[in-house]
Amino acid sequence: MKSLLEIDNAIKTISNDNQELNILDGINLSINPQDFIVVLGTNGAGKSTLLDAITGANTLSSGKILLNGDDITSTNLAKRSRYISRVYQDPKLGTSPRMTVAENLLLAKRRGLPRRLRLRKLNDHMKEFASFTKDLPTLDNRLNTFTDKLSGGQRQTLSFLMAIIQKPELLLLDEHTAALDPQTSQELMELTNKVIIEKKLTCLMVTHNLTEAVKYGNRLIILKKGKIVLDLDNEAKAKLKEQDLLEYF
Amino acid sequence: MNLIISTISQGFIWAIMAIGLFITFRILDFPDMTVEGSFPLGAVTAVIFIQHGYSPELALLIAFIFGSLAGFATAFMYTKLHIPSLLAGILTMTALYSVNLRILGKANMSLTKSDNIFNRYGLDKLPVNFNGIFLGIVIIAIITFLLIVFLNTEKGQAVIATGDNETMAASMGINTTMMKFIGIMVSNGIVALTGGLIAQQNGFADVNMGIGSIVIGLSAIIIGEVIYPDVSLSARLVTIVIGSIVYRLILMIVLQLGFNTNDLKLISAIILALCLALPTIRAQFFQAFRNGVKSK
Repeated sequence: MKSLLEIDNAIKTISNDNQELNILDGINLSINPQDFIVVLGTNGAGKSTLLDAITGANTLSSGKILLNGDDITSTNLAKRSRYISRVYQDPKLGTSPRMTVAENLLLAKRRGLPRRLRLRKLNDHMKEFASFTKDLPTLDNRLNTFTDKLSGGQRQTLSFLMAIIQKPELLLLDEHTAALDPQTSQELMELTNKVIIEKKLTCLMVTHNLTEAVKYGNRLIILKKGKIVLDLDNEAKAKLKEQDLLEYF
Repeated sequence: MNLIISTISQGFIWAIMAIGLFITFRILDFPDMTVEGSFPLGAVTAVIFIQHGYSPELALLIAFIFGSLAGFATAFMYTKLHIPSLLAGILTMTALYSVNLRILGKANMSLTKSDNIFNRYGLDKLPVNFNGIFLGIVIIAIITFLLIVFLNTEKGQAVIATGDNETMAASMGINTTMMKFIGIMVSNGIVALTGGLIAQQNGFADVNMGIGSIVIGLSAIIIGEVIYPDVSLSARLVTIVIGSIVYRLILMIVLQLGFNTNDLKLISAIILALCLALPTIRAQFFQAFRNGVKSK
């Protein structure tokens, strides 16, 4: 199978107190279409740096990134956003607080496309947005609510919808449920899983939650000190138990 | 009565500048000091071009273009050279002082030509000071309309998103650098246009006329926000006009109480500081009030 995203010997070096440190130390990873990869790793293992390198928020010191066979290593974040979307851990980072829910969704509909000098026609999209949120009790009938009036859980749900409203080739989830209470966190995780399967999305999800890591996804990798120390396919992952993971931490 | 009309007239004209300032300070969340230089820049270009026989309307358009070039300089230093926002504005403002002197050739110049926008279109036949009110309303209507339409385009929304949450905007593929250029340039264009208008109203341009202009513009914005806290973006532009007029009326009252005009800038700074502190004072007052109730 042709891989969707290919990371080839990615290295990211930073200097810290006059010491060179490889946050990413030779990462090789190929993501196949419809992979739902769960990424585990302790703090400082390089998870966020890896995501930043994939989106283009940060550049690699060396190595290559290929998307559908095209070298995107030096393509900027704005151009990559057409194919790659991301949900952050911090509910404040994913939405525009002074805009309404509908305005945020409309902004996300043109992810990666040029922003034209053309009226945005918000009202033409309201029906579509309403059908989008009607099964979500937390956001239903809130299309005209300003985002800064929403709870953290509502904002994260909105951030997730914004990331998928225009189908991304690769969806990156950066501990997107970690800042929420257990109940809300589980609801969002269920929604996430449902949408990924229904829309046949390819996804890379970083989490600290071992239960989630075992329950969701069809592939699991563990990052440690900038290296991939474990890469399990669906079959191996199915046999996995939470206890098995503990030895890596 | 005449004094009140003249005060309201000033409120309308200065409101245009406050609307320009609103784009940087509130929409982009960019504290832009350039204004203190682009305001007199607009005044001196308008006066010079009128003196050279250009029509007052064309002079205002040229002032707008010069103002946006000043904004370009600040945006360039901020986005491309990574100079901190406040400093970038201060640098442009300082440089503009010399530029303004060069354009004018001296520190101030009167408009000897009687032809200016305040006595065209039969405006001079209106009672005294009503021409300022009329012209102010017309220009505010035009600029507000254009601004609201722009902010409702895809590009306008991208500018708002950039000021609101740059991380999100960038991850949505918005070219945030370009949006900052657009916002800062349009803002300074409007400010310079106001400078050109006020020079025509006063009949002269002075390179020092920008001092304190940020305080005047911000006061209009903040007073509008204090009076009407929760309104939509379009309504906000109207509240700025109201804020501008209220601010002028407050100043007028203070001066009528017998304060020295030399203290005007001190007084305006105090008024703005009070308005800015109002939410904090209000919160602490209510906190103290609640504590008082509890202890009984």
